[in-house]
Amino acid sequence: MAYGSKLTTDMKRSDCIKALYPELADRLVVTIMGACAQELYDLGDRDNFFYLQHAMGLASSIGLGLASSLPNQKVVVLDGDGSVLMNLGTLATLARYGPPNLTHIIFDNGSLLSTGGFASHTTSGITDLAAIARGAGCPKVFAADNNYQFLEACAEAFDSNEMCTIVAKVEAVGPDHFGMDIALPENAFRLKRYIKSITNHESRITH
Amino acid sequence: MTVSRDNSLAIYRGIKAAGVKSISALPETWLVYLLQLAEDDPDVHLIEVAKEEEAIGIAAGAYLAGQPHLLLMQNHGFLAAINGIVSLAMSYRIPLCMLIALRGHWGEPYPWHTQGGIHTEPVLRALGIPFEYARDPAKVGLQIKQALTFAQSSLSPVALLLDRELMED
Repeated sequence: MAYGSKLTTDMKRSDCIKALYPELADRLVVTIMGACAQELYDLGDRDNFFYLQHAMGLASSIGLGLASSLPNQKVVVLDGDGSVLMNLGTLATLARYGPPNLTHIIFDNGSLLSTGGFASHTTSGITDLAAIARGAGCPKVFAADNNYQFLEACAEAFDSNEMCTIVAKVEAVGPDHFGMDIALPENAFRLKRYIKSITNHESRITH
Repeated sequence: MTVSRDNSLAIYRGIKAAGVKSISALPETWLVYLLQLAEDDPDVHLIEVAKEEEAIGIAAGAYLAGQPHLLLMQNHGFLAAINGIVSLAMSYRIPLCMLIALRGHWGEPYPWHTQGGIHTEPVLRALGIPFEYARDPAKVGLQIKQALTFAQSSLSPVALLLDRELMED
C-alpha cells in the first residue's frame, strides 16, 4: 500500500528537523534529496548545509569523508530508508571506521515518498534498519518512535564520543511544494569555502 | 602471474609525491601491495569500502574538506560506481582522481575479467572522463601527479588505467 500508512508512529520528519535546526548551526550537515532536503531548506538555508539531490545512498559516505578528514568538526547526516537501502554496505563501512564526530540520522518513513510514495522494504517493520546497523557493528544505535525518544537520542548522540546512528520512524508525509534556489555546483563550492573559512580560523586559534 | 612489488612501490611513491592525504579503496589482487603500503603509512588515511560507489561519496567529503584524495579500484568497481560518478561528482563538479586496475585486457587469461576489460575504455569515453594508460614505472609517478592536478583544475573525474605491463612481473 502506498504512503506506508501502516507505520505506528505519529512523528513527522519536518518536526524532527525543526527541533534539530538550532543544533545544526555549527555542524556540517549532509541531507538526502527530496522531502528531507526541502524541509531543511525551508527552515533557512545555511552555508554549512549540503543537499545531495541525487546519488541516493551516498549521503552517509559523504559524511564519512567529511568526518574523517575533519576530526574537529561535527558532522550530521540526514538520511532516509530508501537511500540507506540502496547502499546498505555503508553501515558496515561506517561501523569499521566509526568517526566519533559523525551522527547518522535515518528518517524511516517506510516509503519512497519523493518518487510516488511506494512502500519501501521497511514498511510495517518488515526490515529493521536499527537492527541492521547494530548487526553491521555501528557502535551506538538508537531507535526512536516518538519525538521525545528522538530528541533524547539526538542529545545523547551530539554529546557522545562515539559515532551514533539514530533510526527515527516517521510518517510518510512531505512538503506541499518543491523548489530550492541553489545550483548543485554552487552548493559544493559554498560548502568547500565554508569549511576552508572555519578550518583557517581554527588553525589561527591553535597556533 | 605475480603482482609487481617494485612497480607497486613506484606507484605508491608517486601517490605520496603528489601530496595525497587520504585514499579510498576496495581490495583487489593487482592493488594488494599498494593497499599494504597505504595501511602501513601513518600519514595516509585509508578507508576500505564495501562497494566502490561508496568511495565516490567519501572522495567528495574529503575534497570538500580540502584533503587531496585518491581512489583505488578495479575497473569492475569503476563500472559499479558510475551513478555516483555522474550524479554526485559530475553534477556537483567534484574532482575525482581514480587509479583503476585494468583487468580483462591484452594478455588476460581469465574469462570473467574480459568483458569488463573490453568495455572500460568505451565507457570512460562515453562519460567524457579524461584517461591515460600507465605502463612505465619510470613515468607513473608523474602521471599520478598530473592526474590529480588535472582533476582539481577541471573539477572533473579523471582516470589513470593501471595496465598489465605495469602491474605484473
